[in-house]
Amino acid sequence: MLTRDEALEAQISHWRSWLRRRPAIRDSDVEELEGHLRDLVTDLRAAGLAADEAFLVAVKRLGDLDAVSREFAREHSERLWKQLVMAKDADGEPSGSPLREGTVVIALAAAAGAAIKLPELFGYPHIGSGDGFFDAATFYFPNVSFFVFPFLAGYFAWKRRLDRAGCVRLALTFAAAAVAINALPFTAGGHTQTLAALHLPIALWLAVGIAYSGGRWFDGNRRMDFVRFSGELFIYYVLMALGGGVLTGFTAVSFAAIGADVEWFAQQWMLPCGAMGAVIVGAWLVEAKQSVVENMAPVLTRLFTPLFAVVLLALLATMAWTGSGIDMDREVLIGFDLLLAVVLGLLLYAISARDVQAPPGAFDALQLLLVVCALVVDAVALSAIAGRISEFGLSPNRAAALGENLVLLVNLAWSAWLYARFLTGRGTFSALERWQTAYLPVFAVWAAFVVVAFPALFGFV
Amino acid sequence: MDISKDLVAASAAPLVLAILAEGDSYGYAIIKRVGELSGGHLQWTDGMLYPVLHRLERLGYVEARWAKAESGRRRRYYCITKAGQAHLQTQRRQWQAVDATLREIWMESSSLPVEWPPLPQWRVEATC
Repeated sequence: MLTRDEALEAQISHWRSWLRRRPAIRDSDVEELEGHLRDLVTDLRAAGLAADEAFLVAVKRLGDLDAVSREFAREHSERLWKQLVMAKDADGEPSGSPLREGTVVIALAAAAGAAIKLPELFGYPHIGSGDGFFDAATFYFPNVSFFVFPFLAGYFAWKRRLDRAGCVRLALTFAAAAVAINALPFTAGGHTQTLAALHLPIALWLAVGIAYSGGRWFDGNRRMDFVRFSGELFIYYVLMALGGGVLTGFTAVSFAAIGADVEWFAQQWMLPCGAMGAVIVGAWLVEAKQSVVENMAPVLTRLFTPLFAVVLLALLATMAWTGSGIDMDREVLIGFDLLLAVVLGLLLYAISARDVQAPPGAFDALQLLLVVCALVVDAVALSAIAGRISEFGLSPNRAAALGENLVLLVNLAWSAWLYARFLTGRGTFSALERWQTAYLPVFAVWAAFVVVAFPALFGFV
Repeated sequence: MDISKDLVAASAAPLVLAILAEGDSYGYAIIKRVGELSGGHLQWTDGMLYPVLHRLERLGYVEARWAKAESGRRRRYYCITKAGQAHLQTQRRQWQAVDATLREIWMESSSLPVEWPPLPQWRVEATC
């Protein structure tokens, strides 16, 4: 026969193990809630209730565990990114059966695959065709976004039940972009056309993000989810591309072995249609399989942040030791843009996976070191390029590279400042997170500027 | 009289901040204080307080630390920051504006008899 206190302890530990199963509730939260429960039980017993009665009343007062854990989930979406509890949320998130979603995804992927073949019906050369390659490239290269992003945005608009006004705005955005990129009088294959083609996907990715957020784009957590989604999608896409490559190679080799030439099929159908459809399928996998694959982007970040920091430190040390500056031959600034972009990516994915409440740690210091090194290297590169620009003037390529550099530099410099404040205990980590999510549209705005304004500024060369 | 869910949700953050402005506290004590202040009208589901506290912490309005309680268990104490004080003042002005507007119209249509509880007074100096 158990004493009353032992029975109470058993009940509390049972309740605690129930609470522990909730993905959005951490051990420290459990401890905090358990403390609350015990205080409540103590007070209720002091008021004359028996131990088991007091326990029942206290559990009731703490509230329905599902509702409480949903509130925790809302506040700590980063804990849950893997768990999809949000998707089963009460406020209008979709609950459609997996089968139905699978059908929609396959239909959209097929549509994206078909879309890339559609221009051939109107007499455009097929993608990857040998002779007309240049023609094909000047058409497909700038337009490639339109064969896949609208379907991706459509998938999220469907999944998040985007309202009608939101759908119309998205459609208008894509239409306006399509008109701009095709109607501007570019010199075929010229610099501004290439730049526009390169920047258009970046600008349109924001439209996908708005669809992803289901119209709640101004919610910082949603934006961070979109950042996570983008990283995971990229990784899934690379994996699928590797698999697709193996499949294509196997097809070609095995059919060649029986004397049938299917190279045309692999090149004109499998590759382009597969490349388009894989984006949609990848997005679906990221949405559906978050719990199967651990978040990869943050893992890679952990792995590469120290390595990049070491390389940058070595670079700086060598420059200081030998006294040699950066040789600003050709468009080497692009290389430094890429460096900053990689560092920003490392920072972003470290932020996206970090527990906002955790105190500053060694990895944070390393992250700050990496950002500061990148800033110093970039400052050296910028001072070198400044001389070159005053000498030869601004070409569209140089202007774009310089603009990108500034956009990234501002982001990283302010991040470094916020990081330093956080490390010295004068700021919060969430300030850094807010800065990054608030900055996201800047990238898209700059990309849109390059697409729309650069051609006119530089005379469509 | 039960206060509607939306009103409870909207008033949670300013109320918690105001209670912490009286001095550092922990979840259970905050809930008890809410009960005292509202005369039992504001019914919170106790568990819902913690996500609110964590949100305020993320926004930098409160700071939290673990400390030993009399019972020997660890307890998470919260204290309001300078930013929290400032936010509380803003919230206070907003709520007073809403309150003043409602008073205005309800005074005119005096068909509804209303009793107004006195506003609690808050200390304003930062505690951490």
